[in-house]
Amino acid sequence: MTEGAGLIVFVAIIGGALRVSTPFMFVALGECLTEKSGRVNLGLEGTLVLGAMTAYAISFHSGSPWLGVFAAGCAGAALGAMHGYICKLPKVNDIAVGIAMMLFGTGLAFFFGKAYIQPSAPRLGSFSLGEWTGSQQIATALQINPLLLVGIVVAIVMAWAFANTKWGLIVRMTGDSAPSAKAMGVSVDLVRFLATTIGGFLAGVGGSFLSLFYPGSWNQGLSSGQGLMAVALVIFARWSPIRCVIAALLFGAAGAIGPALQSVGITQGYYFFNAAPYILTLFIMIASAGSKQAMRDVPGELSITK
Amino acid sequence: MELLRINRRTFLQGSAAALVGTGATVGIAHAADVTLGIVYVGPRDDFGWNQAHAVAVKSLKTLPGVKTVEEENVPETDACSKTMESMVNLDGANIILGTSFGYFDPFMVDLAKKYAKVEFRHAAPLWDAKKHPKNLGSYFGYLNQAHYVDGVAAGLSTKSNKLGFVAAKPIASVLSNINSFMLGAKKTNPKAVVQVIFTGDWSLPVREAEAANALVDAGCDVITCHVDGPKVVIETAEKRGVKTCGHNASQAPLAPKGFITGAEYKWETIYKGYATDLAAGKALPNMVSGGYEGDMVQNSPFGAGCTPEGKKAAEAAIADLKAKKPIYVGPLKDNKGKVVIDKTYDNLDPYLDQMNYLLEGVVGSIT
Repeated sequence: MTEGAGLIVFVAIIGGALRVSTPFMFVALGECLTEKSGRVNLGLEGTLVLGAMTAYAISFHSGSPWLGVFAAGCAGAALGAMHGYICKLPKVNDIAVGIAMMLFGTGLAFFFGKAYIQPSAPRLGSFSLGEWTGSQQIATALQINPLLLVGIVVAIVMAWAFANTKWGLIVRMTGDSAPSAKAMGVSVDLVRFLATTIGGFLAGVGGSFLSLFYPGSWNQGLSSGQGLMAVALVIFARWSPIRCVIAALLFGAAGAIGPALQSVGITQGYYFFNAAPYILTLFIMIASAGSKQAMRDVPGELSITK
Repeated sequence: MELLRINRRTFLQGSAAALVGTGATVGIAHAADVTLGIVYVGPRDDFGWNQAHAVAVKSLKTLPGVKTVEEENVPETDACSKTMESMVNLDGANIILGTSFGYFDPFMVDLAKKYAKVEFRHAAPLWDAKKHPKNLGSYFGYLNQAHYVDGVAAGLSTKSNKLGFVAAKPIASVLSNINSFMLGAKKTNPKAVVQVIFTGDWSLPVREAEAANALVDAGCDVITCHVDGPKVVIETAEKRGVKTCGHNASQAPLAPKGFITGAEYKWETIYKGYATDLAAGKALPNMVSGGYEGDMVQNSPFGAGCTPEGKKAAEAAIADLKAKKPIYVGPLKDNKGKVVIDKTYDNLDPYLDQMNYLLEGVVGSIT
């Protein structure tokens, strides 16, 4: 491998992290909030797809991609609210409802999305952080969509709010011990309902990134499981919004390894390199799980740990 | 338990037959008409495989006495049996076309046995005279010939002499498209190299976009692909300002600046053949396949990305293929240096269907 090839791969990996990570980030942040309140919403894959479809459709009809992003959030919030409401009913399992919501969301998106496969909608713009280098390649790789920055800001605000505000404390308490929340006079169901709704909003916005920026078109295979991976990322990030951002970036970067290596002529074993994100996840999981610290981070009310 | 295995459709069919028996002979006036049912695995406007079929079906509507019934998004499960059965029983289809690989065995094989008077045809070379019923059959097109023409045009439209190919899986039909594309490019531009990236599956939009970006970063200025929906690859390449060649259906509207031409099926020829044979009461062939010489593949209209020389050379290449001039002129080595094509093979030679190598001139590996 020559030096030039090394640079190409490095630039591609950085570029991949910036291009691919945003939907993971939004879904993971939404799920992080929901799980912090003590519920698991597996339906975010469906929310992501419905968000992507809604954003594309609204952007096409209104001509404003940002209105599309907002509509995607609202669609996601509606699905989240539905999940939150159903789980409030007695003897309902949130995992099962999540799977149902996932199928419902994708089905709804495919049904209404049929008419939008062919037309071309206005997309979100971007700006480059790499113009100063004078290299076309680096400038293209460092193209950043404002949504990525919004995601990072949301993560910082969320982390700060969990640690420093009354609202953050209430969400964490509901997630760790429903009886103590009740003793404090907090409505557990209401907190979880709101957390799931806001979580759905974020996941919907993540979907809009898929259809309006990268890869930047609506079709039925668009998400190919990214929503589910993002839910797994939350566990991987051990319920910390900041770590969710890092995990999403890492995942995006690892996903770029396969194509980048093939493009510089390292073609043997591409199945292995294409699996890099999953292998990476496994290793970090093994390395981080089992420690006492990891167990302390798990919200106590989660049905997967109870 | 055989007696109890009457499903709703068989029951309806039985009662309908009884009704017809007691009533008059309505409907015989239309006996010679053809109803063609077709089942797609995805949406029929996907800019890809399904759209290529749907365009052909649309062209049938101009034929007198031909009715078409279509259903989209039918998975490769017993859902396809149900769809096809309802086309036979409720719409009176006399021919059913299944366009996805997994429909064939066991679903279409079983249905052909159950409905001996209905013709079933499937779009992949899977029919075997020894094993399968006579009212079942296969059809497919040698798309690699059109990819060869793409290569001829691309060879004269590139500046960097590096052409990129985003491929799904290293199976024979994909490899043959890559190799033919490269041979076409080499014919007009001996310096041309084809760089291939395998994504690993038929529909992975994010990875396809990543692959297209990686190829552009590596210096390729023409990108083509063999994935289910080429939309993402073509749009990403157009955004990056490089040229593109299409696959399966016409993607020209997606790349107004950089589109060169594209490899397309021409299912219309086969479907019109089926419809006219059925209307004339003739027996349908069990196996239909061909390339340019049989008018079963075509190239998309040349776009703004094609140079005038490229267009001229491509048109000449099409004329050559129609005259059955071979693409694979041996001996040819694979990209590890081993001679894999020992002599010149005819374009439809079964030896080429077994392709499991990338030829010299292609940068890439199938493992």
